[in-house]
Amino acid sequence: MLWYALRRFVLALPLLVGITFVSFIVIHLAPGDPLEMQMGEMTAESSTQAKQMLREFYGLDKPLPVQYWNWLLRLSRLDFGRSFMPDGRPVLAKIGERLPVTLLLNLVEMIIILALAVPIGILSATRQYSRFDKVTTVFVFVGFATPDFWLALLLMMLFGVQLGWLPISGLRSLNWEYLSFWPQQWDFFSHLILPIVVATFGGLAGFSRYMRQSMLEVIRQDYIQSARAKGLAERVVIGKHALRNAMLPIVTILGLSLPGLIGGSVIVESVFAIPGMGQLMVQSVFQRDYPVIMANLVIVAVLTLLANLVADLSYGLVDPRIRLAGRRGRR
Amino acid sequence: MNRLPARVILVLLLFGGAAALAGCGSEVGGAIEDGPGAASAKPAYGDTLVEAITGNVSGLIPNITADSASHEIGNLLYSGLVKRDRELNLVGDLAESWTFSPDCLQLTFSLRKDVHWHDGQPFTAEDVIFTYQTAIHPKTPTAYREDFRAVESAEVVDPHTVRVTYRKPYAKALQSWGTWMLPRHLLERFVLEGRLRDAPQNWVSPVGTGPYRFKEMRSGEKIVLVANPDFYEGRPYVSRIVYRVIPSQATIFLELKAKGVDTAGLTALQYRRQTEYPAFRKAYWKFRYPSNAYTYLGFNLKDPRFTDKRVRHAFAHAINKGELIEGVRMGMGRDATGPYKPGTWAYNPEVARYPYDLQRARRLLAEAGWTTRNGEGLLVKDGQPFTFTLLTNQGNDERKKIAEIVQASLKELGVGVEIRVLEWASFLKEYVKKRRFDAIILGWGIGLDPDQYEIWHSSKTGPDELNVISFSNAEVDRLLEQGRQSCREVERKKYYSRIQEILADEQPIVFLYFPDALPAVSRRVSGIVESPNGIRFNFTEWYVPTALQRYTSE
Amino acid sequence: MRAFGRAFAKNRLALVGGAIVFGLAVLAILAPVISPRDPNRPNIKKILDPPSAAHALGTDQLGRDVLSRMLYGARVSLAVGFVSVGIATAIGIALGSAAGYHGGLVDALIMRLVDLMLVFPRFFLLLAVLAFLKPSIWTIMVVIGLTGWMGVTRLVRAEFLSLKEREFVVWSQSVGASGFRVIWRHILPNAMAPVLVAMTLGIPAAILTESGLSFLGLGVQPPFASWGNILNEGKDTIEIAWWLSLYPGLAILLTVLSYNLLGEGIRDALDPRLRQAIGRFVTRGR
Repeated sequence: MLWYALRRFVLALPLLVGITFVSFIVIHLAPGDPLEMQMGEMTAESSTQAKQMLREFYGLDKPLPVQYWNWLLRLSRLDFGRSFMPDGRPVLAKIGERLPVTLLLNLVEMIIILALAVPIGILSATRQYSRFDKVTTVFVFVGFATPDFWLALLLMMLFGVQLGWLPISGLRSLNWEYLSFWPQQWDFFSHLILPIVVATFGGLAGFSRYMRQSMLEVIRQDYIQSARAKGLAERVVIGKHALRNAMLPIVTILGLSLPGLIGGSVIVESVFAIPGMGQLMVQSVFQRDYPVIMANLVIVAVLTLLANLVADLSYGLVDPRIRLAGRRGRR
Repeated sequence: MNRLPARVILVLLLFGGAAALAGCGSEVGGAIEDGPGAASAKPAYGDTLVEAITGNVSGLIPNITADSASHEIGNLLYSGLVKRDRELNLVGDLAESWTFSPDCLQLTFSLRKDVHWHDGQPFTAEDVIFTYQTAIHPKTPTAYREDFRAVESAEVVDPHTVRVTYRKPYAKALQSWGTWMLPRHLLERFVLEGRLRDAPQNWVSPVGTGPYRFKEMRSGEKIVLVANPDFYEGRPYVSRIVYRVIPSQATIFLELKAKGVDTAGLTALQYRRQTEYPAFRKAYWKFRYPSNAYTYLGFNLKDPRFTDKRVRHAFAHAINKGELIEGVRMGMGRDATGPYKPGTWAYNPEVARYPYDLQRARRLLAEAGWTTRNGEGLLVKDGQPFTFTLLTNQGNDERKKIAEIVQASLKELGVGVEIRVLEWASFLKEYVKKRRFDAIILGWGIGLDPDQYEIWHSSKTGPDELNVISFSNAEVDRLLEQGRQSCREVERKKYYSRIQEILADEQPIVFLYFPDALPAVSRRVSGIVESPNGIRFNFTEWYVPTALQRYTSE
Repeated sequence: MRAFGRAFAKNRLALVGGAIVFGLAVLAILAPVISPRDPNRPNIKKILDPPSAAHALGTDQLGRDVLSRMLYGARVSLAVGFVSVGIATAIGIALGSAAGYHGGLVDALIMRLVDLMLVFPRFFLLLAVLAFLKPSIWTIMVVIGLTGWMGVTRLVRAEFLSLKEREFVVWSQSVGASGFRVIWRHILPNAMAPVLVAMTLGIPAAILTESGLSFLGLGVQPPFASWGNILNEGKDTIEIAWWLSLYPGLAILLTVLSYNLLGEGIRDALDPRLRQAIGRFVTRGR
């Protein structure tokens, strides 16, 4: 196991280089031009000249492999460069001011989703076709099929405009600076309630359905039946034996969702005017702000590799029969 | 507040569409029952005005940015030598007065002597020269260099006098000095090193001469400005302005209803259908005036089918403009007959018009050789059915709807249209710049000066240039050259009138409409005047009567 | 197979689900016949009319009949949902079972490909694709399918990692069953549970992705309707024209619920005891 993890770690580096290389090339070759986007439409000579100047300044005049190599060299010093936008700020500063909010929102959402979805999944599996099962099924699918912006605007109209209980958008009220400590915390938190509700509602379906389905699968297995036959309490059977084995898909899905923690939902962020990663990334992509796009890609790549490795290792914990190192081999 | 050089507006338009331009309009439009300008109480200092912007600013030195948010904020932080008054005339701002030499080649400004930068340093002729040098410095990434290319020299005569010499008469000379003046004592180092963007003044501590000073910015959240007590025209009444960044138009509207923001540009649908109830009318002033932008259907004139004028005329007759304006803007727009806004001095109403007339359109197409129809009902010539692709950019629903209506209209004629909506960056780079299109729906922002050399001159058809439809007409070329080299309005009016006649006759594009700007402003604000120059030109005179003030500032 | 059929037929809910899926498909196919109006013809005099006798589901921002647009949109959305998820699932099952069953180098290679695809900036890939391909419903289905298989692959692989160590698999390997036979007959039927969930969840996701792609110029271009597009256009008018977002929303919900029931039925029918029978059938059929 340790050996396996170590090997994956060592292999991760060249893989990372490979992934970033392919992505770098595709991002730069795709239609669009960062200079075009930030200078707007300009007039002939002056623009060609100014663009040429910027092109050299950004190193965009060099062949792509050279550009990549330079980027990689800088990356090795953990230097993500500066944004191509007119503000020209360091990429890390830009990401740094956006990441905390996104991370906070996503973590809270993830915890709530897991806390609700896993029990829903287990209960609706153990009581298959009960009323509870049917109601929650419809409920989670309604959440999944409801477009985020729709629910968001509806809630804003109700709680923000009609009732006036919650702020509509933004992160802080205008008078935030003049509040004392606890009211400040509440003010901030109250701005996050609606976004969290929207994202959570949409996210319930995934985990609860996987949980339910794999629980159903496990319950039918012979060893669960025999555990029951042995007269073990249902709680023990489900909670101890079945649950662990049923966690396999959940572990996989968790692994796949982990990198998403740093990516915000664009729709939720822009409807609620939350300055998070989602907005930053969309803007960067539309403006072809390559340094920001690549920095985000590196972070996502590292998280993806890590998350999938952790998931692979966790399989062994969930189901001890799984041996990834391949010692058994295929005869 | 109209300090934008012509090209800026041009830039903006290609970008976002009309919404960004709310605030520079003309011709008093919608009847407001009780005038917002009618002062009900005494002007008072204080209160905060909360405005919404849809995007983060890309920098605080507007001379090197191209987005509407940073220009709007830049207009309050900085000022220029001249500005536009309510009747759109150029009047002195930082300049007390100016004189042209008789040959129009020399322009001399006398500057106000009582102006200080926000950091207390005096504003002098050196700063004017510096702003000019910044614009022409090869390492300055600015879109406004073109305005100063005609300048031969600019020199300090004395600390409060600047003399500019032009190579040849340049019609936009005066207007171009409305650009935002930059402080030499803070920025010179950065300009010389080609690092203007890195200057702290571009992100955390801008210093200008304008009516408002920078207080703070939370990236992606808000920008706060406070009144400049030493403003040379007197301290503005509203003490604080908070720009909230709210990307979604729907959210801005909800915030408006909940009084979370004080002003917002309304969409046509909101103006007509969602703001007519009493509570809203009681809380907000609504304004309506045409913006400085028009939307058009453009043909690629390199395409042999569109080189035939009769085809273009047929299309113009087949599109019911009235219905189109009703359909995409709920009627909130004005018919365009050419590239100038009705009511401005250069506008010529005596041009050919193309009323909706399908019979005539069919006849014109038949004359052009499109006589037979194939099995699908499409017109055929030389074995080829008449179908083309109509491109427009993503993110502008209005243009998408226009495309859909145009498609339905041309179907009546037997012309097949395939619509494609493309992401802006690739649309621009892969299709517009490379001229890889049959027809496009786009908009142009028009400057306050009628010079449109960049758009219509036949020398401006290169990939980076703005004559995207490849229009070429010798007479128009000559008139454009004459128009930009004359500094007498009467003379210029003749040239531009003629240009409009030719354009109307040629129909290189089908001019569709000037959308209306539809701002709403909280009723607690008084002193707003609707004018040919929109409502924001006298922003510093807006005030909230003491009894109505909502926020205590500081 | 007959056993499967019988088990499936006994499941009333599954039948209901199947019937709805079938019914929606019929409506979509018959759209040109049953649509009350031309779905693409603007009518400026009827902008945003609420549901009425003339327009059962109201009209949209250009005065077009929403019911007709929903019917035509069903053709796009149902096809995209079904086919792209089908493509993704097929790839996912093939790669996932190969990786999980063989392990070692095969597993390593496939999983690293998954990592690459997960990280790869999809937006730019789409832009690149756009430069070569014309927008069509086939492009959309293929693009969504080819960029959406990674989850299924990892899910299937995880199941395989676990299942291949079970007694019944080890036993059949020891009696010399071929790899394909073991995978197909013994492991796969037991690994289907998460795949069915992924498919059910994938369908509405694909339907909404389609409308996301149309803004890149890759999806269904205006004036043609899809449920996702109608929904999107309804975004600005929620306050005054709820019907523009509610009906397509309901249609998507109905679709996902009925696919879910169908999936339940399939899974129930895939009861362990029955799986043997299917395996036998499939192997023989080969």
